[in-house]
Amino acid sequence: MDKEQRKHCIPMAKQDVLDRVHNFYEVALGYNEEQVVAEAERCLQCPNPRCVQGCPVDIDIPAFIKEIKEKNFLAASAKIKEKNSLPAVCGRVCPQENQCQQMCVLGKMGDPISIGRLERFASDYERKKGVTVPAKDESSVTGKVAIVGSGPAGLTAAADLVKLGHEVVMFESLHLAGGVLMYGIPEFRLPKEIVQSEVDYIKKLGVDVKTNYTIGRIYTIDELFADGFDAVFVGSGAGFPNFMRIPGENLGGVYSANEFLIRVNLMKAYMFPEYDTPIRIGKKVAVIGGGNVAMDSARCSLRLGADEVYIVYRRSREELPARAEEAENAEEEGIIFRLLTNPTKFLGDESGWVKGMECIKMELGEPDASGRRRPVPIEGSEFIMDVDTAIIAIGQSPNPLIQRTTKGLETTRHGTIVTQEETGATTKEGVYAGGDVVSGAATVISAMGAGKTAAKSIHEYILKKKGAKKGE
Amino acid sequence: MYEIVTKQELAPNIYLIELAAEDVAKKSHPGQFVILRLDDKGERVPLTLAGVDLKKGTVTTAFHAVGRTTKKLAKMSAGDSITDLSGPLGNPAELGNSGRVLLVGGGVWCAPLYYVAQALRKKGNKLVIVAAGRTKNDMVYEKKLKEISDEFYVATDDGSKGYEGLDFLADVLKAQKFGHAVAMGQVSLLKKVVDLTRPYGLKTMVTLASLMVDGTGMCGACRVSVGGETKFACMDGPEFDGHEVDFEELVKRQRVYLPEERMASMIYEKLGGVKRG
Repeated sequence: MDKEQRKHCIPMAKQDVLDRVHNFYEVALGYNEEQVVAEAERCLQCPNPRCVQGCPVDIDIPAFIKEIKEKNFLAASAKIKEKNSLPAVCGRVCPQENQCQQMCVLGKMGDPISIGRLERFASDYERKKGVTVPAKDESSVTGKVAIVGSGPAGLTAAADLVKLGHEVVMFESLHLAGGVLMYGIPEFRLPKEIVQSEVDYIKKLGVDVKTNYTIGRIYTIDELFADGFDAVFVGSGAGFPNFMRIPGENLGGVYSANEFLIRVNLMKAYMFPEYDTPIRIGKKVAVIGGGNVAMDSARCSLRLGADEVYIVYRRSREELPARAEEAENAEEEGIIFRLLTNPTKFLGDESGWVKGMECIKMELGEPDASGRRRPVPIEGSEFIMDVDTAIIAIGQSPNPLIQRTTKGLETTRHGTIVTQEETGATTKEGVYAGGDVVSGAATVISAMGAGKTAAKSIHEYILKKKGAKKGE
Repeated sequence: MYEIVTKQELAPNIYLIELAAEDVAKKSHPGQFVILRLDDKGERVPLTLAGVDLKKGTVTTAFHAVGRTTKKLAKMSAGDSITDLSGPLGNPAELGNSGRVLLVGGGVWCAPLYYVAQALRKKGNKLVIVAAGRTKNDMVYEKKLKEISDEFYVATDDGSKGYEGLDFLADVLKAQKFGHAVAMGQVSLLKKVVDLTRPYGLKTMVTLASLMVDGTGMCGACRVSVGGETKFACMDGPEFDGHEVDFEELVKRQRVYLPEERMASMIYEKLGGVKRG
């Protein structure tokens, strides 16, 4: 391979834009065998790989790429799974451009290695061939651990703990496990079948998954301890929708992004009436917010048949928190960006349905606490946007149920649980936490990293506890 | 899977089902609800609990077969199973001792009202109970409510049984002093009771059946204005101080999906359901 060739990554095919705006099938189509090997061949196999430093779960990236180069795809998948129990998910939704790929040496002179696409191929290959389950380590001290929430943090912690020989029970409040991977991220970015096969893998490892159990309602954390659990991991996520607190917000046709996405993704309302749950979408949809959840909501709206879909965001394009790839996909599909614009009021018709949105123009002032320039309203710039559906995607907070019902669990004023960063330990003995419930809404992979850290600490905690008992 | 242990028709189109769910039964309290999902393509339907049987490990709930899911459930029998049952959800009803309590239930809601009444009775309250219905045909739990009450009234919207409407309550409220009132029923009934108790400043707890998807605080579909603040019925309720509730907004929000519900129900009735491939 010459230098020039090495500069450019192999592009990945996407579903044609004219087709994909009318369906919920996956947009990114993945590499084929020839493409994946060609991309793997670009890897320099650095002796001191920087990519690994960018990975929150420490995957031995050069090692798995080497296996792909040699067409040992199952070996590649096994290598990834040593550290990551959800590779098919991560290969699709991780922001690799800010993590492993950002560190890649090739990125200095051209495109970095497409690590995410390689990971996706290896895990998809293994899934099609039939997943092998590693043998359980029966030798270690066995404790009993409750995992609260079955999202990325919980799944990761559960997998690591069960592999270490512990009895693991995972409680999920919804009827399907997977958390945000099931209810939040749309089918066209992350097919639900793939999520369920990753959940099945966790079950095959030996995790007992109990759906329909809302911890904080059916059992408190203290009741779990009383019931014989040695430790509890709280990975309950950030599933509580934030509203704008402006007039007219309770009109019909004004959804939280959570409600909209739960209906569409988890309940499959896009297949109503074959599926029972309906979703009402208008002709002109405004999605308020600029993150991945906003992009997902906008792109779902388009696929449900809306004529015009707007992203209404109060800062400028530069501050858009969504992944660049997702914003580009959205734009390519025809989503219209109304930047430096903030809603001030929803207007309704006589039946109580939203018919318009009063907005104000914004300009950027001095940087705020987040380091981004603060948006400031321009006086007198109010105008009305003609919309018949509005989706509020300005962020999610942790659900307060567990925090409200657990004595001794310290929380911040944002409702997140206070933990020691290096261990995931909370202020309550035996209780660990990680993922969005600690960090506030963030990425799948950072939640997985936190799940991993907590699993390690829980293992050590149980060893110590049991050891102490034995020594008595 | 959750097995239907018993099922009975309480009145035309109103059913009581008992489902095997031991863990849920152990932790349930009056005023809380469960969410049912019949099959893999089903919607999540919240239903208020009408009782539990700890020995049998079952929960009981009553429903009016008006939508696609409830019609489908009405066709199921003891021995059949449903895919999902989640609960208990929501907060328990306020069950303190306030002396004398006025309880008003409408139609199918008389079943969960009885569960609340039993607990209030145990706390030593005197109970004045009104069993109401639109017509004499949607009266349920009349006998049970009468037995547990100190004073009992029947009322129907059309006067086909007992008092016509709830206006007679003005005299009841004038004649005796109540510690608080509890109303469970359609929004029109809740609003009526609240209007009647307002002149007496009588605290009136109402249970709201807002639209819900998850029932655990995620979707916000159940949001309702209470005392000028937005609350989630699933997290902060479902029982609220009725004098603070914006009923007009609630009614509008409840109607949001009526066209889709009618369509789904019609497809189910006329075509025997949608093909489930």
